[in-house]
Amino acid sequence: MAMKTKMMDKYWRVGEPMVWFSAAALAATLLTAFVLLIVIMVNGLGVFWPSDLQQLKLKDGSLVIGELIRTEPTADKSGLRRQYKIANRDLYGLDFRWIDEAQIVSEQTPQQLLVLERIEHGDFFGELKNIQVNGELKPGSLAELNAAVDNVGNELQVLEELENKLNDASYQMERLRLKVLKLDYKKVPADDQARIKLNHEKTKLDSNFNHLVKVQTNRVTRVRQDKAIFADAKGQEKEIVLADIVQVYAPNQMTVIDKSIFYAKKLGELFVGEPRESNTEGGLFPAIFGTVMLIFVMSLFSFPLGVIAAVYLREYANEGLLVRIVRIAVNNLAGIPSIVYGIFGLSFFIYGIGHGIDSFFFPERLPTPTFGTGGLLWASLTLALLTVPVVIVSTEEALGAIPREMREGSYALGSTKFQTLVRILLPMASPGIMTGLILAMARAAGEVAPLMLTGVVKLAPALPIDGNFPFFHLDRKFMHLGFHIYDIGFQSPNVEAAKPMVFVTTLLLVLIVLIMSSVAIYLRNKMKKRYTFGTF
Amino acid sequence: MTATKIENPIIQVDDLKFYYPGNARALHGINLSFPEKQVTALIGPSGCGKSTLIRCFNRMNDLIDSCRVEGEIFLEGENIYGRRTDIIELRRKVGMVFQKSNPFPKSIYENVIYGLRIAGEKDKKLFDERVESSLKAAALWDEVKDRLQESALGLSGGQMQRLCIARAIAVNPKVILMDEPCSALDPKSTARVEETIKELRNDYTIIIVTHNMQQAARVSDFTAFLFEGNLIEFGVTDQLFVKPQNKQTEDYITGRFG
Repeated sequence: MAMKTKMMDKYWRVGEPMVWFSAAALAATLLTAFVLLIVIMVNGLGVFWPSDLQQLKLKDGSLVIGELIRTEPTADKSGLRRQYKIANRDLYGLDFRWIDEAQIVSEQTPQQLLVLERIEHGDFFGELKNIQVNGELKPGSLAELNAAVDNVGNELQVLEELENKLNDASYQMERLRLKVLKLDYKKVPADDQARIKLNHEKTKLDSNFNHLVKVQTNRVTRVRQDKAIFADAKGQEKEIVLADIVQVYAPNQMTVIDKSIFYAKKLGELFVGEPRESNTEGGLFPAIFGTVMLIFVMSLFSFPLGVIAAVYLREYANEGLLVRIVRIAVNNLAGIPSIVYGIFGLSFFIYGIGHGIDSFFFPERLPTPTFGTGGLLWASLTLALLTVPVVIVSTEEALGAIPREMREGSYALGSTKFQTLVRILLPMASPGIMTGLILAMARAAGEVAPLMLTGVVKLAPALPIDGNFPFFHLDRKFMHLGFHIYDIGFQSPNVEAAKPMVFVTTLLLVLIVLIMSSVAIYLRNKMKKRYTFGTF
Repeated sequence: MTATKIENPIIQVDDLKFYYPGNARALHGINLSFPEKQVTALIGPSGCGKSTLIRCFNRMNDLIDSCRVEGEIFLEGENIYGRRTDIIELRRKVGMVFQKSNPFPKSIYENVIYGLRIAGEKDKKLFDERVESSLKAAALWDEVKDRLQESALGLSGGQMQRLCIARAIAVNPKVILMDEPCSALDPKSTARVEETIKELRNDYTIIIVTHNMQQAARVSDFTAFLFEGNLIEFGVTDQLFVKPQNKQTEDYITGRFG
């Protein structure tokens, strides 16, 4: 007995339980993170795999074509039921359907079944009947259909270029209109030189624009003449304009290699494509672009501001009650709910500064706001405010961790405070400052609430960077992956269809944060190697 | 007090009193003269004020908030605690080597020319020249001449300390202060640094604080013994160690206390 107590005593003394306890805490943290990632990946990465289409015959004699999504027990636990994606939203109204296994008489995977990805109304599942190209109706094969779709695709590309020209033209007309507005506002008489010049320009732009519109209308009418006729499971025929088809494929004919190639292509399109069908389909490019740009612009504001503020606090301010209060306040800033920052951004930046800019620089455009409405600039500033405490705290800590001898060595050689700061202290603190920036960027990437008040939108008409002067349009509204998740997951009219996209978007957001912080960590390690002390 | 009189001292301390924050007096009125181009050692037990004193010479104590100095220190006849003193200029004239070697996280080359760079010097040829002469004077040239562009943090402890000496020399100071430069070094490195000090004596005035009495005896021409913020004895090293005038000095150097 005594022996045993002694052993237990030793067991506790050595500290074994503490080791296990702390290891368990770490393991639990890692596990949650991994499980979360795996769930996202499993749900997100499977989305683009072209599964086989099944043709089911039900007990009531009807036929159903669908893609199996999942199987689960029925409500009364008597059997299983399956969820199928039956697509054809424009015909059936719903594109998902639950079918009890007991109802199914037979299932087949006919080779000729096609999946049509369409610009509108989601996918179409069915068989090809006829193709109508150049007014000539004839039965066709999948290869012919693909060729026809490709042809139309080429024409569409030309149309898209035309559309870009139209966009540029309308942008210029808008600028002209604003100039005229300005003249009106200044009460410039009608026979003024500037006004005549503008009028002249306007006529030119107008005629150019009208010409473009005419060409476009003609081409659109032409392109929309090519159609194909399809039949759904019940044999109901449906005419689909080829221009509305993104791509056609027959999953039941594809080998695993074909499917892999298809999958890779779809994944690639995710990064470069534009969203379709209220964001539940297509690519995420504008959202990715908006997110990255937001984080970037945010860093441009919060990084210098935070570093300079921390330098003042640590190096210049006299340590006293006031500095201590400021430090506590800065630390507490990090704990304020982000929606509060959003409200602050809305009232101070947008209504305050933005409106001020508008009434000072663009009074002629009022009541239409230019800067007095949400936009990338205000969202970035709001996020910068939100993340600046992180940068301040880490910079202060990094500066404080520099040994006193470094400062003394520099001062002893006759350097000023500023020279010491720039040449010795900041380089030595840079790894710590980078850590702060990484944390700040990660936090900013994940924030959605403040953005909803300061300029994020479901669908932005234009990117914040384009070829039109002044190239960076920080006043524009933008799309964001975080908001995208919220929007398609919870605001979408067709939640079932949007679900896969939620996971994909989440995965992408995590990926972007990962990439950005990896780059920052790489830079930090490089700096660390350069500026940390060898021991002696 | 001592009878040793110094002709034409480079530094003259007149009734220097030093107060740390909270009015804690660390120096109680020091009067002392330092001879030019000689090595003067400051010895004494821990807390006797020798580091405080040496840090007054380049006004390093200014970095401590709310400390106070009374009395005067003359460098070449000019009061360095005067109203018009340019601290930057002063620190260029009075270089310093610290107890813990503190090379900057830069290349060896950049470390040596740091003082020149911050003084606004841009002449590349002068840099090269100074790097070579300073490193040679600090007896480091042969060891590092092939890797001047490498980080100074890769040097050994003794090399780092000699680099710090070279860095101090590079700006051509009149006086070099050394605050226990060998306390963190092994005997071999210590010997190298002492060698360097002996060679520098021809061109610079050196004031060295040391705990090690053998070191003081080996490298210095003059020695001052401080105790509890007072100067007890000052004299030619050989005399002070062989025949101290003061009982306290004798007790200390013979190891009876301290």
